Amino acid sequence: MTVHELRTRHDDSKRGDASDGAIFAEAVGGRLSRVDGPAKITGAAKYAVEQQLEGLSHAVLVESTIAAGRVRSIDTAAAKAAPGVLLVLTPDNAVRLNSATDWLGTPPPDAPYCPLARDITFSGQHVAAVVAETFEQAVAAAALVKVAYDETPAIVDLDDPKAGDGIPIDAMTKEWGDAQAAFAAAPVRICAAYNTPREYQTPMEPHGLIAHWQGDRLTVWEPSQWLDGMARTYAEWFGVPFENVRLVSPYIGGGFGSKAFAYGYGAVAAMAAKMLGRPVKLAVTRPQTFTAYGGRAATRQTVALGADAEGRIQSIVHRGVNETSVDGMWVEPLGSVTSIMYATPNFSSRQNVVRVNTVVPGALRAPGENPSAFGIECAIDELAYEVGIDPLEIRLRNYAEQDPEVKKPWSTRQLREAYAAGAEAFGWSRRTAEPRSMRDGNQLIGWGVAAGTYPVRRAYGEAMVRILADGSVEVESSSIDMGQGTYTILAQTAAEVMGVPAENVVVKLGDSRYARAGVTGGSRLAGVMTGAVHKAATGALDQLVGLAISDPNSPFHALQANTLVVANGRLASPRGDGPEVSIAELLGSVGRSQIEAMGDTTPANWTAEDRYKNNTTIAMALSHTEGDYSRHSWCAHFIEVRVDEDFGTVRVSRVVSALDSGRLYNPKLAESQWKGGIIMGIGQALLEEGIVDRRHGRIINNNLADYLIATNADIPDIEVISVGIPDLHSSVLGGKGVGELGIVGVAPAIANAVFHATGKRVRDLPITLEKLI
Amino acid sequence: MRDFSYLRANSIDAARQAAALPGAMLLAGGTTLIDLAKCGVTEPETVVDITHLNGLDGITVDDRGATIGALARMSSVADHADIKSRFPAVSEALWQAASAQLRNMATIGGNLMQRTRCPYFRDPANFPACNKRTPGSGCSAIGGVTRGHAVLGTSEACIATYPGDLATALVAFDATVHLGDRQVAADDFFLLPGTTPDREHAIEPGEMITAISIPASAAAGRSTYLKVRDRQSYEFAAASAAVGIEFEADGRTIRDLRVALGGVATKPWRARAVEEALKGKVLEADTVKQASLLAIEAAVDHGANHYKIELAPRVIARAILKVGETA
Ligand SMILES: Cc1cc2nc3c(=O)[nH]c(=O)nc-3n(C[C@H](O)[C@H](O)[C@H](O)COP(=O)(O)OP(=O)(O)OC[C@H]3O[C@@H](n4cnc5c(N)ncnc54)[C@H](O)[C@@H]3O)c2cc1C
Ligand code: SF4
Repeated sequence: MTVHELRTRHDDSKRGDASDGAIFAEAVGGRLSRVDGPAKITGAAKYAVEQQLEGLSHAVLVESTIAAGRVRSIDTAAAKAAPGVLLVLTPDNAVRLNSATDWLGTPPPDAPYCPLARDITFSGQHVAAVVAETFEQAVAAAALVKVAYDETPAIVDLDDPKAGDGIPIDAMTKEWGDAQAAFAAAPVRICAAYNTPREYQTPMEPHGLIAHWQGDRLTVWEPSQWLDGMARTYAEWFGVPFENVRLVSPYIGGGFGSKAFAYGYGAVAAMAAKMLGRPVKLAVTRPQTFTAYGGRAATRQTVALGADAEGRIQSIVHRGVNETSVDGMWVEPLGSVTSIMYATPNFSSRQNVVRVNTVVPGALRAPGENPSAFGIECAIDELAYEVGIDPLEIRLRNYAEQDPEVKKPWSTRQLREAYAAGAEAFGWSRRTAEPRSMRDGNQLIGWGVAAGTYPVRRAYGEAMVRILADGSVEVESSSIDMGQGTYTILAQTAAEVMGVPAENVVVKLGDSRYARAGVTGGSRLAGVMTGAVHKAATGALDQLVGLAISDPNSPFHALQANTLVVANGRLASPRGDGPEVSIAELLGSVGRSQIEAMGDTTPANWTAEDRYKNNTTIAMALSHTEGDYSRHSWCAHFIEVRVDEDFGTVRVSRVVSALDSGRLYNPKLAESQWKGGIIMGIGQALLEEGIVDRRHGRIINNNLADYLIATNADIPDIEVISVGIPDLHSSVLGGKGVGELGIVGVAPAIANAVFHATGKRVRDLPITLEKLI
Repeated sequence: MRDFSYLRANSIDAARQAAALPGAMLLAGGTTLIDLAKCGVTEPETVVDITHLNGLDGITVDDRGATIGALARMSSVADHADIKSRFPAVSEALWQAASAQLRNMATIGGNLMQRTRCPYFRDPANFPACNKRTPGSGCSAIGGVTRGHAVLGTSEACIATYPGDLATALVAFDATVHLGDRQVAADDFFLLPGTTPDREHAIEPGEMITAISIPASAAAGRSTYLKVRDRQSYEFAAASAAVGIEFEADGRTIRDLRVALGGVATKPWRARAVEEALKGKVLEADTVKQASLLAIEAAVDHGANHYKIELAPRVIARAILKVGETA
């Protein structure tokens, strides 16, 4: 199937569509279908660990069965003697690795790094690994490794009496006015605690890699949201130059934040490959996806809102806690939405982090904003009921006309428009305020609203664009496509600039040999990469036009540059009175096999080291509040739930969300990202929870039958409405973040709807049936 | 998963002989067997593949009842027109079970034999204590996470829930399990844990389920399976009920009633006390709700599963009222 056959008709444009009326699906703003879709549907797309390599061997991890203590001894005799076993790796025979720079750019400690632990800090930690000729042999032998432990008491979770108050994170403190006094003096007050459990990314494609050394050069096939960042980590671990490590990650079956870093199992596989002189494959099992890296940290927040009798907020006092591991630090910024959603003269937010015996938590779609919105967006609903006004009205009454925290104007904030469009499409005005006032037989019906936001994370980008002899265009970047549509929008960007059809553009991603790229996370990639490709493509086009008018063999020789048009892959004079040739013909007549242009949006004075840092850490990223504006995406979710009054089961029956992501490079893909976020939010609200056995400090529902995510049957039709306008303060082409926005605010909208349906406030996610029965 | 030998049986007798060997296990759809082998729970020495046996996947329905071969797929039975019309609860129990992919693979014989979803049972590396897996080793679930565990039929040795849906419907309608020549009532086929939770079924080594049969009845013809769970599909029941009803000629007085509970007990749980209390009564919401409470008279919770005691009678009552009211 070709890209053409799959391309959908130009759907009827949605209300408020910010696609700025692109006429062709190929152009930026058009609804081009995913160009990688056919390869994925037919199975032609080869994922990282599907590579077939000569002499491939298989590694299987042995994990700790205690949550805290020390490995006393490891008996590997039986495993070594098992059929097919090539290597049993323990801390005793592990190759000495260096510690690596972290993603923030923090220089590493001058200490060795060992991915296999002697000191156990969580259940499921890697303690050994077995490599064998076949996967089955490695699995069988791994079961024969006998590990003896000296166990010590574990701190299992935030509720553990041993957990304590934790470590205050001063960088998270935000204060203005006198929040405590204003709260005490406020005529209307609410104060409540909101909790979210451990949640997991559960990508469809589990993690894993193939590591292959050739001399001191390492190739790693691994699903990755950040090839250059991970390549740097591998390079530093093994003490080889960055250029010696090649990461390959052509397709990614979902990451949701979990595939941005090289983890311990990667070090294990690469180490084994080095020791054996053979390529080693290590496929993380589904249960291991709960412990080989971290999901979203469990969080606790208290939100106190003081308001006047009309519901105008006078004070917000917010306290947050998230768990982190014993030896790693993860801060889930719980005050991130709290401080910007509503105008308030007095504000205080502080956060502690508590160490518990878990794997260090990590990023999961909208880290920070997601749980933060759960707190403030439920609290404002509670305040609306306390004051006795509509939950939508209270949001408008407290609308922040500028960023209340940094006191700068918004770059764009179409949140009022989102409320209006969402409410209209949902029929919000027909809502009766009283809880339990809407029902259908046994089903209590509830309507809830909540807002969401996500900052525009900006960074500088680079890209390579080539025009090949046949007139086709090649875009290269070591950035990736994990389903969000990078292949497609970069083809659209190049096609638009170069005046060629999108199917003549081949986008190559997912190989660290290509032009370097920073992390695909924080919803920044589309903005960064469309900017870079736009620049590179413009450069290539300039070269092409330059050749056309300067080369003596060109039919356009000696014409003025501004008298040439390039459209549909052909060059012509605007009035059509001169020669007209295809790009291929031109390149042929001037005897060029290709034109190549690197483009970047990086500052002119950057050194090579600056560029390296830009692509391998987030140290060079731009703050969303840098300069004169505060930049964020915004959304409003309107959700209907049906709660069975006897069974306590909650079903989401209607979702209307209006979202402001600025200009949409491809509305079809943006809508799909928003819907994906909303679907994930429904799972988060109603189903998802890592359940810990508190005696053993172990996640016991570590599989997809027991860790519940939403199925199709749980998801109603979702209507998404774009209310964005181009925001040129946020990105070169006017877009703001898309991927993470959709999930933010879904859980509180559902919790608020459940309150409206039942009169019960459930402040602990997920909202399972026993909490309502 | 350790190495095992694979044997393809070409007759029922050969299958039974092979299954009698120590460490041998029958392989049907494999959706339970392979899963548990991967978890390290079952470690067969020989896997006896019965999927190539002829004549074991039939479904016949007549006025006397239905006979379903052990190798019939869950999806084929769920979709069978006569099963749908004469035994709606059976069809509904099947299509609400597992996922479409699993139902296309899994067989009726294997379905009856599925094991508990107790997370401690399924994780031997981390939880060595499990009386069901290793008799006498203890029970890791008691004192642990018990949200999915049983409230009926438990013992000090084991509180694991029988997770299947189909068997709940079979027990309600007096089905029979055919083990070749020997026949066992479905209700007797599933054993209470007592002091031997490792023994789950009244089946001996070398025996094999060849078919199940369900006698026709008016109650089976007017029946439903109601499954309640947090997730709308692809989740085991928090509580479920298979219910069938037959009225007297007046269309209101209950002549025959069948009630069985799933998801709350250590075996498919026939609620005879509820049936007896309502027989001869006029169908009426309050009476039904009151009588449904009899199902949980002997229930014992272990903390987090307490909600099942609240939920189970409500599910029964809703199911009875639903089949009773739809004329
Ligand atoms: C993720 C998941 C979700 C599920 N959800 C549900 C659910 O919601 N409801 C539900 O009811 N079920 C559910 N199931 C269970 C599923 O229905 C069973 O796994 C399936 O029915 C087993 O059938 P099979 O043919 O695959 O059995 P197999 O795996 O082949 O066999 C299972 C066991 O039965 C034995 N066996 C097989 N055939 C015979 C025979 N003829 N005679 C004697 N012994 C035999 C085997 O030796 C083995 O011990 C779920 C399973 C999974 C994996
Ligand atoms: S409840 Fe039964 S199956 Fe679960 S751990 Fe205890 S003995 Fe084992």
